[in-house]
Amino acid sequence: MAILEFEKPLYEIQEKIQELKKISESSGMDVSDQIETFEQQALEYKKELYANLTPSQRLQIARHADRPTFLDYIKLMTTDFMEMHGDREGTDDRAIIGGIAKIGDQSVVIIGTQKGKSTKENLIYNFGMPQPQGYRKALRLFYHANRFNLPIVTLIDTPGAYPGMKAEETAQGTAIAVNLKEMAKLNVPIIAVITGEGCSGGALGLAVADKVFMLEHSYYTVISPEGCASILWRDASKANVAAEALKITSEDLLNLDIIDGIVKEPLGGAHCDYEMIGNELKSTILKAIDELKDTEPNKLRDERYNKYRRMGVFCQ
Amino acid sequence: MTVKDWFEQRKEMQIARRDKDTQIDDSIGKLWVKCYHCNSQLLKKEVEENLDVCPKCNYHFRINARTRINQLFDEGTFEELFSNITTADPLEFTDTEPYKKRIAQAKAKTNMNEAVVAGVGKIDGHMVATAVMDFDFMGGSMGSVVGEKVTLAMEEALKRKIPMIAITASGGARMQESILSLMQMAKTSCAVARLNEAGLLYITVLTEPTFGGVTASFATLGDIIIAEQDARIGFAGRRVIEQTIRQNLPADFQTANYLMKYGQIDMISSRAELKSTLAKLISLHTK
Repeated sequence: MAILEFEKPLYEIQEKIQELKKISESSGMDVSDQIETFEQQALEYKKELYANLTPSQRLQIARHADRPTFLDYIKLMTTDFMEMHGDREGTDDRAIIGGIAKIGDQSVVIIGTQKGKSTKENLIYNFGMPQPQGYRKALRLFYHANRFNLPIVTLIDTPGAYPGMKAEETAQGTAIAVNLKEMAKLNVPIIAVITGEGCSGGALGLAVADKVFMLEHSYYTVISPEGCASILWRDASKANVAAEALKITSEDLLNLDIIDGIVKEPLGGAHCDYEMIGNELKSTILKAIDELKDTEPNKLRDERYNKYRRMGVFCQ
Repeated sequence: MTVKDWFEQRKEMQIARRDKDTQIDDSIGKLWVKCYHCNSQLLKKEVEENLDVCPKCNYHFRINARTRINQLFDEGTFEELFSNITTADPLEFTDTEPYKKRIAQAKAKTNMNEAVVAGVGKIDGHMVATAVMDFDFMGGSMGSVVGEKVTLAMEEALKRKIPMIAITASGGARMQESILSLMQMAKTSCAVARLNEAGLLYITVLTEPTFGGVTASFATLGDIIIAEQDARIGFAGRRVIEQTIRQNLPADFQTANYLMKYGQIDMISSRAELKSTLAKLISLHTK
């Protein structure tokens, strides 16, 4: 498992404990009391460490190479997943994957951005950066959900919509805009979860929803801290300062009334315990669907409209 | 230098010149101005009378919201609305300068209180609701106030059952309001959904420049999308794309002509024809 820079002291302690165990085995000396004390101290240190992470440290967890991806969550919390491919206009963008599945007993249309865990995979999934065709595939599946009265679940982990020549030629901005507008019109419950990176319009293009959740260490922002730092500070190395200023953590967004809840992650981050995060996410989504599924379509749409209508802070 | 090199160099120079400034250079005196595009010395009065279009090369200089409103609306019919809504600093954001200070500077520079003017007015006798953006105010960036005023203008159109016209000029979302700015994309797009459902005509006029979060929300949601001549329009900025794909982009990349070629806009209009184009479109949709 990849170790992050700020986690190094913790791993050093754990290595020391391992060494001590080996010494005690080979020498026959009983140091189990000391080991237990050290382990207790290591755990305390770990709890302390993860409870006081800076935004830029949490950013590293959100971007962790082993963080569960969309397809991991499909395995962890759904059954009978059937992938639906393509935008029906010539492309099957792999950065956005969608299909129909069951979460518990509930059939849903589930769509998400997909990242890879290796270079090879990342080339296939384009590092989770969708092309316009990905957003159009998602839109097609939104309409499908609407037609067959299936709740929509979206899982978002993207550094942003892809900034490329082809993406501009095929109207990246329009593809996102149309999703924002059309999601407002849907008659079925929409649940969106930011699972890792929720960067800019590329994330929002799947996230106009009745309920929006964030995983504890995910982030959601108008621009990446690196991008913000290079524009406003004219210095990309100020990214950690920008990460503070931009207020991008799950707690920040809950305080700003942008999201509806936080999904607690295992100690150390979602990558430390796939099963636990899978279960947490599953129960969060099922509870949200349960709260929304009997709402009249008109009321559902009105409440969704009013929710976004209220967003923004200004003087009057 | 080969002929190919010469063309390459010329292309680079054109791009550099366009990036330098799209506003007229009035640093050379009170009476004279210079067109960056064709390098002509021009009489300021002559340029103004020509709707801020270069009389020599027809290049359309960027104009501010007030000038736009004066050019488009029938004299004495424009009524500004929602000007009481002004900028807060909800995140207490400071980069190299505090956001509050940047706002104060933008107000002083532009004599505007935010990057958009909302209101109602008549275009050749047709009553419309409108939101006109101003690039001079913090790059026309969309924060809470811009999103709110654009949405209120759309709701005014809904209330009065009149067409809505949005005229965009923006670098994108306002970073100093972070996630609140991002949510303005959702808010304005949801309001367009309401215009659609009410069957009200929504026309967008994309002017130099329209980018980022504005492109990816209400700007490209028009029932009819018009780009003004010489406007550059896109989602990601040219430099970001060049850094990502590590290749040079064509000289006409993200120009109005380029968007037309790729089927993203309905038409390109010169500034001189914009008012009559809008009036004709509204008239064609009036029963």
